[in-house]
Amino acid sequence: MDLGGINPAILIASLMVASVPIILAALGELVVEKAGVLNLGVEGMMIMGAICGFATAVATGNPYLGFLGGALGAACLSLVFAVLTQFFLANQVATGLALTLFGLGLSSLIGQSYVGIKPPLTGTVPLGPLADIPFFGPVLFDHDWMVYLSIFACGAVWAVLKYTRMGLVLRAVGESHDAAHALGYKVVRIRVLAILFGGALAGLGGAYISLIRVPQWTDGITAGAGWIALAIVVFASWKPWRILLGAYLFGGITVLQLNLQAAGARIPVEYLSMSPYLITILVLVIMSSGKGKAALNAPASLGQNFHASR
Amino acid sequence: MVRLEKRPSPSAFWLWATPVLAVILTMIAGGIMFAILGKNPFEAIRTIFWDPLFNEQFASYSRPQLLVKAGPLILIAVGLSLGFRAGIWNIGAEGQYIMGAIFGAAVGLALYPIETRWVFPMMVAAGIFGGWLWAMIPAILKTRFNTNEILVSLLLVYVAQNILASMSIGLLRNPEGGGFPGSRNLSQIPAMANPELIPGTGLHWGVILAFVVVIAAYILLQRHILGYHIKLAGQAPKAARFAGVSPNRLVLLCMGLSGALAGMAGLFEVTGPSGQISIDFNVGYGFTAIIVAFLGRLNPIGILLAGLLMALTYIGGELASFMLGLPAAAIQAFQGMLLFFLLAVDLLTNFRIRFGTIKEAR
Repeated sequence: MDLGGINPAILIASLMVASVPIILAALGELVVEKAGVLNLGVEGMMIMGAICGFATAVATGNPYLGFLGGALGAACLSLVFAVLTQFFLANQVATGLALTLFGLGLSSLIGQSYVGIKPPLTGTVPLGPLADIPFFGPVLFDHDWMVYLSIFACGAVWAVLKYTRMGLVLRAVGESHDAAHALGYKVVRIRVLAILFGGALAGLGGAYISLIRVPQWTDGITAGAGWIALAIVVFASWKPWRILLGAYLFGGITVLQLNLQAAGARIPVEYLSMSPYLITILVLVIMSSGKGKAALNAPASLGQNFHASR
Repeated sequence: MVRLEKRPSPSAFWLWATPVLAVILTMIAGGIMFAILGKNPFEAIRTIFWDPLFNEQFASYSRPQLLVKAGPLILIAVGLSLGFRAGIWNIGAEGQYIMGAIFGAAVGLALYPIETRWVFPMMVAAGIFGGWLWAMIPAILKTRFNTNEILVSLLLVYVAQNILASMSIGLLRNPEGGGFPGSRNLSQIPAMANPELIPGTGLHWGVILAFVVVIAAYILLQRHILGYHIKLAGQAPKAARFAGVSPNRLVLLCMGLSGALAGMAGLFEVTGPSGQISIDFNVGYGFTAIIVAFLGRLNPIGILLAGLLMALTYIGGELASFMLGLPAAAIQAFQGMLLFFLLAVDLLTNFRIRFGTIKEAR
């Protein structure tokens, strides 16, 4: 079954792979924003995760430890953001940008000795005969474990935010930090933990790019994925399941344009490669048109710093 | 126990002292980073901050470069600072810079064999228009559809980079270049060139305009009602609205101004120092200008000084990579670190630090 040289089963399977980094980073950012913090440094944390993960995997020869290293590296960077915004009360927009600029520089500094190296391979999850089912086999049951983890993480974040006390407290802090503080919740501590969680997930997403999706190290490997993750959070109206939808939409466009490039479409390559960014902008416009912040479901204290005067 | 006490008004002393403190802290932390990389930290810091200006061997080459690199940084940063003051975050200056260069170069190349002195002014106008147009996209989306200008302006950088790639191998490619990517060398066509005006200084039209823009922005912010509106909208958005300041008009204005200035910077770069439209003629000035704007405390005079300092780190970084084998990326991390320290010590401007235990829970 071929449509203009593009096999739909392979297309769907590869769009699931393409969207994993965005799902993870966007989920992390969603939790951070639900706690009322706007961390614009996702791109910087992802690329730090990408290089730390890559370095760890190459050093240990174990891709799983690589992912752990990526998550840790990015969480360390996000700790800088947490300290600056939560304790030094720095402007969140500016600090987020600083995180990205610093992360891009530091990653290419660390990455210099890793150019041209192949990372250890991450195998697919052996699901036995399921992978041999026509069409559904390659689409659903022939992936690496991170693909399943990203979907599971979506469900977990949704359930925790919706049904647990921890999720309720987190949302309370994000909606009104003054009220949460008056109730005795440790606003700063909760926000720092949320920022670290967001950093770790962004790092996992980054490590996925350098260890599985590409898989090698080049400067600027994330190519704006962090910014797209930020846009997907807005697109998802801060709802976990819609992140899955948004990321698959974006992954679909990315994979489609890559396939069109490979199939030799008459459209120049540059115009195909800019399409994901254009579509992201279009989606942002549609989502935010004619609605206020409240209708968008954005957390009410988003981006405001908290300083207990008493 | 350390406690923060909000100052009634920002400290005038720390307002100017924090950037200096941040630079000193960055030198210390950067020195540690260079030591980890196995270089002598004192030698590295000296190579970056001292040698470009005062070393007999390099200064004759490096000193002019200071203005060449500071010019675009100051032009872009002044534009950005106006928006940042009003709470309008244009972080896509890199894209506006690229589009300004493309528009300006396209006009020049379309008129190619014509040799009149009107070509260059027309190119400058086209460059300004290109940058303005590219900034108008997030601005209009913001005012019409309430779309986040941070994300849109940033995503448009990637679009602009793809357009640049397409232009340098397609429409604007040098027809006599033997199929290599990149346009004709504009700096070698007299009607289009943006030459060094006084030999040995690095002064070109972009640098002169950067100085003009600094003065204009200073007057705008200190003496003009519009500057007052910009400051008011940033510090007290509600009060500004009651005073009749239209937020939408301010968005269009601030984004437009910063885009126009970034476009202008791009045009001066592509007709002068870099010379041609090529896939990688842009070197990230649009992003570094964000650091410059903050380092200069969003104040035009401060930005002038910050731009010169940041230009120094670029030149010193090149020198250090040439002399000491310090990786070029190290200087990028160094610049990012500077912004971190700046944001951290900014606390001193708005808060007093009190020591001693307190009874109330924090």
